[in-house]
Amino acid sequence: MRHLTLEEAADGFATLMLDNADESMNVVNDAFIADMEAATAAIAADASVRGVILTSAKKAFMAGADLKQIVNRYCKLSKQEAFAFSQRATRMHRAMEQSGKPWVAVINGLALGGGFELALACHRRILVDDPKVLVGLPEVNVGLLPGSGGTVRLGIIAGMPAALDLLLSGRPVGPAEALKMHLVDEVVPAHQAIARARAWLATTPDPVKPWDKKGWIPPQKKGMTVPEDSAAYTAVIAGIAKKGYHTPAPVAIASCVFEGLQLPFDKALAVEGKYFAKLLTDPVARNIIRTSFISRQAAEKGARRPPGLPKSQVKKMGVLGAGMMGAGIAYVAANARIDVVLLDRDVPTAERGKAYTSKVQAPLIETGKLSQHDAYAVLARIEPTDDYALLQGCDLIVEAVFEDTAIKADTTRKAEAVISSNAVIASNTSTLPISQLAQASNRPDRFIGIHFFSPVDRMGLVEVIMGKQTSPATLAQALDFVAQLRKTPIVVNDSRGFYTSRVFQTLIHEGAAMLREGVPPAVIENAARSVGLPAGPLALLDEVSFDLPLQIVDQALAAEGEQYAVPVGVPTLRKMRAIGRSGRKSGGGFYEYRQGGTKRLWPGLAELFPVKADYDIEVLKKRFLYVQALESARCLEEGVLQTPQDADLGAVYGWGFPLWTGGTISYIDTVGVQNFVEEADGLAKREGSRFAPSDGLRAQAARGEAFYASEGAAPAAGGPIRR
Amino acid sequence: MEAYIYDHVRTPRGKGRPDGALHEVTSIQLATQLLQALRDRNSLNTALLDDVIIGMAQPVGEQGGVLARAAVLQAGYAQTVAGQQIHRFCATGLDAVNLLAAQLHAGMIQGGIGGGVESMSRTVMGHDSGAWSADPGVAFANHYAPQGIGADLIATLDGFSREAVDAYAVESQARAAQAWQEGRFRGAIVPVRDVLGEVLLDRDEPVRPGTTLEGLARLKPAFEGFGRAGFEAVVKDRYPQIEALRYVHHGGNSSGIADGAGLVLLGSKAFGANAGLKPRARIRAYANIGSEPTIMLTAPTAVCAKALRAAGMSKSDIDLWELNEAFASVVMHFIDEMDIPHSRINVNGGAIAMGHPLGATGAMLLGTLLDELERRDQGTGVICLCAANGLGTACVIERV
Repeated sequence: MRHLTLEEAADGFATLMLDNADESMNVVNDAFIADMEAATAAIAADASVRGVILTSAKKAFMAGADLKQIVNRYCKLSKQEAFAFSQRATRMHRAMEQSGKPWVAVINGLALGGGFELALACHRRILVDDPKVLVGLPEVNVGLLPGSGGTVRLGIIAGMPAALDLLLSGRPVGPAEALKMHLVDEVVPAHQAIARARAWLATTPDPVKPWDKKGWIPPQKKGMTVPEDSAAYTAVIAGIAKKGYHTPAPVAIASCVFEGLQLPFDKALAVEGKYFAKLLTDPVARNIIRTSFISRQAAEKGARRPPGLPKSQVKKMGVLGAGMMGAGIAYVAANARIDVVLLDRDVPTAERGKAYTSKVQAPLIETGKLSQHDAYAVLARIEPTDDYALLQGCDLIVEAVFEDTAIKADTTRKAEAVISSNAVIASNTSTLPISQLAQASNRPDRFIGIHFFSPVDRMGLVEVIMGKQTSPATLAQALDFVAQLRKTPIVVNDSRGFYTSRVFQTLIHEGAAMLREGVPPAVIENAARSVGLPAGPLALLDEVSFDLPLQIVDQALAAEGEQYAVPVGVPTLRKMRAIGRSGRKSGGGFYEYRQGGTKRLWPGLAELFPVKADYDIEVLKKRFLYVQALESARCLEEGVLQTPQDADLGAVYGWGFPLWTGGTISYIDTVGVQNFVEEADGLAKREGSRFAPSDGLRAQAARGEAFYASEGAAPAAGGPIRR
Repeated sequence: MEAYIYDHVRTPRGKGRPDGALHEVTSIQLATQLLQALRDRNSLNTALLDDVIIGMAQPVGEQGGVLARAAVLQAGYAQTVAGQQIHRFCATGLDAVNLLAAQLHAGMIQGGIGGGVESMSRTVMGHDSGAWSADPGVAFANHYAPQGIGADLIATLDGFSREAVDAYAVESQARAAQAWQEGRFRGAIVPVRDVLGEVLLDRDEPVRPGTTLEGLARLKPAFEGFGRAGFEAVVKDRYPQIEALRYVHHGGNSSGIADGAGLVLLGSKAFGANAGLKPRARIRAYANIGSEPTIMLTAPTAVCAKALRAAGMSKSDIDLWELNEAFASVVMHFIDEMDIPHSRINVNGGAIAMGHPLGATGAMLLGTLLDELERRDQGTGVICLCAANGLGTACVIERV
């Protein structure tokens, strides 16, 4: 037993301590299960043990399953193997609760997923009274369900409505709520927890669970003859549908609870295990886990940071431009304890930028999430000014002024006149080539793109752009800065639109093009939302305003001339702009906006873009996904991107490409590269050459090679992983 | 072989609430009193009957356990008369008739009674819920949405305004009130009696004469809550052409919750001769169909076309139509699709005014149509109902 220690005491109450020998966190994996099986067997056989206290030697009780192991091994199992895998942990829990001895879980820290399932298998749960200690079953968030008794035991203990609430939201709860929902039996101060466990064991409690007693009736044995229960399940389905039809976990969870509560305990566990096996072998779970946990954590821990360079820290920074982006950057930086000089053309403008921080803080203070004292401390770190001299001593500058090369050049030069020659200078541009902006800099090797997304305080992604001359040391410093802000970086090479803007353009142009083809506007929007995009392309265009994509096109035309392939949505956008409707800011675009914040599709679209009825909704859905996936693949091939992880993180966290796909490149793997290329060829034939797969993708399909050869493997830092 | 209609009866419809006039009457009593009335007014030797099929949309509790057989015995019919329960949601009562007609056409039986009963005040709506709406995996895959959402979806797709659906409801009320005033239902109504034999109800309780557009305009849409809870998302996944659902239905333009029963006496030519009865009409054809289940309520057009095809007729051969007024938009959609004048459908009002005792309505509509054909001295009619989960049932009758 490497991960457990068993300590027997004179009173006959043994303490079984969770203590992962390899990591700081207790996790459910093969080694742990083997240890637990051995310990449980030993306890059951030892007549001198009268009861068991199960607790953790770590700060957390237990975090849950080892997600890396899940992606690398278990997601590749057959359905039957996956079922057997789930049943092993299920049997481990059954062995505990049928050992003939009472078990108490003393939950001394976070208990999530498999960790809380372990506690649920005990005969009593004592939770330490600390609001930071949360318990819950968040498996739904990784496309899975708690497959070793979680849905069954929670359903019985908490009842169907509460169980479904927790299982479908994945929401963990603190001590007060856990007690109220019967998830735990006692909440006590940490120092009393073990004593309370002993005291309870001393009452010689019944070691047989209610469901193991003769005559136990499953809570919903009456099934659908209870109209209130039936209605509740129907309502649950409506709530699931609201979140979309592409993620199989929520409905599987609802089925587990629905079926499980009608069945004898062990049958219910078996059914749960079968639903778990279905999810585990569905690529959606793998996609979600790989991108949202494994790739994301790797990126945040510096997967793309050039190795061997010393860690840096930004203590003082300058933000040039106090508009929406600058104000947001100032806020997140000040929040990360960085002193910020927020500079704009005059002090009142700079102060307005600083006021954004107060605006974000207000609701946090109101709900008690932020103390007045801490709020002031953050505000005090932001110095609004119009004086470049104050930038002296800054380790890093982020320029966030108007998207105009001349204006940007001017601010860069003024800042560089003051800051030290070591300081990094970064541009938050979303469209202008970094290498071009770097021409204004006296230190192009220290010049880099750090592209934040709006609103900065809510969007976790940062796109770091390497100019032609940007040095590895500068990249390392930029990534260290992003890490200070606790955001997720991707690293891309300089090119028009970089990565995120470039691929996002293909989405909105595709939608605009459909309108001109005669697809009804509501169909365009619903098709996009139905594949899981957060909003329809027409709504997105209205928000960004048509000026931005058209400006990108004009810049590209000026730079590349005839070479440039004009995006398909341009005629639509020009037509709309010609009649003065170019987005929400102009008073309306594809939508009309009403008092009270409601909007509806502008009825005039019907005349401007007459509807033809011959669309195929499935083709429209495919077009949205494929056009973005193909452009991402081109970015990889052209070297704009270097890893599929960057592509997928950028897609999911940059513009909301649906997580069930894992991201644009993961989507190609999910479809299968060969299959994807065939389908894309079909689309190209009907819809145009933008759907034609690149040569690289075609060659890759011919080789039958997936983008993610070894799931979860960290990319080689800085180096291209393809060819 | 022919399937003749010899007679039909129905109870008046009571409000399907605890304060409704029929709430104290059990479901089996409703059926029993009608069986006795059919026997007594036709001096029927019940031993001539082969089967009694009585359906309901909630075949559980007091309506479970093959109520038809229990009612046959309770009414004092010959022990040899069989009983059967069927369930096709709202189309049940008509389908019971069709099933008997089919056996008559096949020559396998000589006489029977078909219809339905529903005491909605005494049973719990949704008690028999079923997998289609309440088993999470099934409901999700099937894109289940409540009927009211389907009705609002029809209104959205067809562009029916709130005023238009309300106007339909006002007309239904006016027609029902006039029909009652002129005694057009007199021949079919069997007053319901209490334990002491006193008459509890002799006319349709839900009817609200004098219903106005202004009055209906004050009612709040009934299904918006369902839509917001997620069913609008369900509908949009199936009907992506919808930008937003138009919530136009409410209690005043939807079928009312009601208690009641309706039965139809059917038989072969020989049965009539043996019983000394004259056939009033024959059943020419019948059909069932399934349609898209999320919108749920648009099967009538297709099922009527199917029944007419089976009858070798076309819509121009039909004098009068009865389509159950599940919701105003259902009938309006049908009128538009079939291109028939409003003046020839539901001429005596419908369930919006008089209520819809789910399993019974089909038999009631058949009776109403036959009486009206006789009153007008016209020949042919079609009865049709939409039913849950996209089902539809129709029947073509012809006077003889």
